Amino acid sequence: MARTAANGSLKTHLNQNGLKLEDVNKTHKREKNGPGTGVASRQYKQESFEQAPMYVAVMTYLGYGIVTLFGYLRDFLRAVELERCHVAQEKEEQKDFVPLYQDFENFYTRNLYMRVRDNWNRPICSLPGPVFDLMERVSDDYNWTFRLTGRTIHNVINTGSYNYLGFAENSADFLKTVADVTCQYGVGVCSTRQEIGNLGIHEELDKLVANFLGVESSMTFGMGFATNSMNIPALVGKGCLILSDELNHTSLILGARLSGATIRVFKHNNMLSLEKMLREAVCSGQPRTHRPWRKILIMVEGIYSMEGSVVRLSEIIALKKKYKAYLYLDEAHSIGAVGPSGRGVTELFDVDPADVDVMMGTFTKSFGAAGGYIAGKKELVDYLRSHSHSAAYGTAMSPPVTQQIIRAMKCIMGNDGTTEGIRRVRQLAENIRYFRARLKEMGYIIYGSDDSPVVPVLLYMPGKVAAFAREMLERKVGVVVVGFPATPIAEARARFCLSASHTREMLNQVLHHLNEVGDNLCLKISQQKYSSQPDLYNEANFEPDS
Amino acid sequence: MICASACKMNFKNLREYLAWLYYQYLLITGIYVLEPWEKSIFNSILFSAIAMVIYTSYVFVPIHVRLALEFFSGLFGGQPESTMALMN
Repeated sequence: MARTAANGSLKTHLNQNGLKLEDVNKTHKREKNGPGTGVASRQYKQESFEQAPMYVAVMTYLGYGIVTLFGYLRDFLRAVELERCHVAQEKEEQKDFVPLYQDFENFYTRNLYMRVRDNWNRPICSLPGPVFDLMERVSDDYNWTFRLTGRTIHNVINTGSYNYLGFAENSADFLKTVADVTCQYGVGVCSTRQEIGNLGIHEELDKLVANFLGVESSMTFGMGFATNSMNIPALVGKGCLILSDELNHTSLILGARLSGATIRVFKHNNMLSLEKMLREAVCSGQPRTHRPWRKILIMVEGIYSMEGSVVRLSEIIALKKKYKAYLYLDEAHSIGAVGPSGRGVTELFDVDPADVDVMMGTFTKSFGAAGGYIAGKKELVDYLRSHSHSAAYGTAMSPPVTQQIIRAMKCIMGNDGTTEGIRRVRQLAENIRYFRARLKEMGYIIYGSDDSPVVPVLLYMPGKVAAFAREMLERKVGVVVVGFPATPIAEARARFCLSASHTREMLNQVLHHLNEVGDNLCLKISQQKYSSQPDLYNEANFEPDS
Repeated sequence: MICASACKMNFKNLREYLAWLYYQYLLITGIYVLEPWEKSIFNSILFSAIAMVIYTSYVFVPIHVRLALEFFSGLFGGQPESTMALMN
């Protein structure tokens, strides 16, 4: 049949170009899925993590090597006092103690990060919408100190904010309910939810979130990071096992470490590795005593923000049912941004939300507010209401922020009577498709799945990281570049976050500048030929094999 | 890789092209992030190393090539003579 033939040829085409393919046993895995997921065989658009050509890797290490040598030279000059030292140093009396600033992180910060740090922490003086205003900043002593010139750079296109649905806006008619709530409740709550800070508006938000996600009950917290780090210790403890993905966010790792459970890490999105660990855990039990684990918790994220890859939800759910483990899904970046109506990865994979034991998410990204939620069965949420540290000690969410989330969620669900929400979700999906396709056509190396609104463009070399950010700012496009501690040292990247409020003209402008800068800096190193045939990836055309 | 990008760009004159090539050299070696005096140190070290390589090759390569040719022609040319001598 033509379609399968096209699929088959596409697969071999990808294999020939030496891509690291993520999903090899596609049909094998599909057998494990339960009923109702047969339709979702659009599951794996192949996620490609193309490797760079060899010369790029060599030049990257060469660049880092040369800058490291100069770093040693500068450290030597600082040690013999030929040069003034701008960073923190130990006092004379402490020189015999264990050194504080000799490890690689400090060396890297002093000698590499400082040289290029004008590309980060840029002061913004307007709303972080689709365009924003920057304050111009110069440095007279090579980035050790900055000074504001007083000029503002207007209308810089914002590709760095997590403003996926464009709810970071300040138009008066959208924010009317928020203003009313501020007038009614004030801004500060001055208490925790367990004491006297449980307002009626919080209860309303809890019910709304549960309704939105299709689960029994939910609870919201004032801070997204604290939602993870303070609630995981309440759910698992000593004698439990946590299987955590390699690229999990720091909040998940911190929560896991604070809980005291045993943590094992499986390779990113690799189901074979996860299954092997599950089998080994179920067979051998706890390390010395071999007693069975009290709980096994699999922690994954919906969209990984550094890679742009999407979790393989149906496979993980099949595995967890087989081995009787629990699943903790962190949908910080995927809630509101993926799925036909913005309900997240459960909708994207057509999975029953009741299959995921703990659904967690944040309101910072798609809802333009702050805070996080945990949703699931009523017993779970009731337990967390009394046992979570964040509920007991963390201040409750501020009323205007709560109302912003309520209005944003109602907008997405369509409860406010307009089609604005669904329009935004569709606009975001279209923007993602367009932007990714154009970038691949141009020849950039891009990571991640075709559904994710996070687009990492690989830059690799340290010099190009700084040059890219500066050149794009000159052309009035604000980008976020990410380097060593957040990414592996040889894979520095620029991360684009698309928004529903970016119009087609803005995207075209960004792409036009990307084209120029890519030629200027020789960034178009992809060896994969991109065939711009959108039909192959069209959901409606897909049908299960055999 | 560099040639592909160079062809796409429109250079008005040779000077601009050389400036762009110098920019690529700065980016690839990572010198771009350093301060000007560090750039000068690295460039002078690299330039003197390359100059020494060129000088050494200019002085020694012809001599070595000539000696090698003599060695190999002596090997092949002298062989029939010595075996003939042995047989006689």
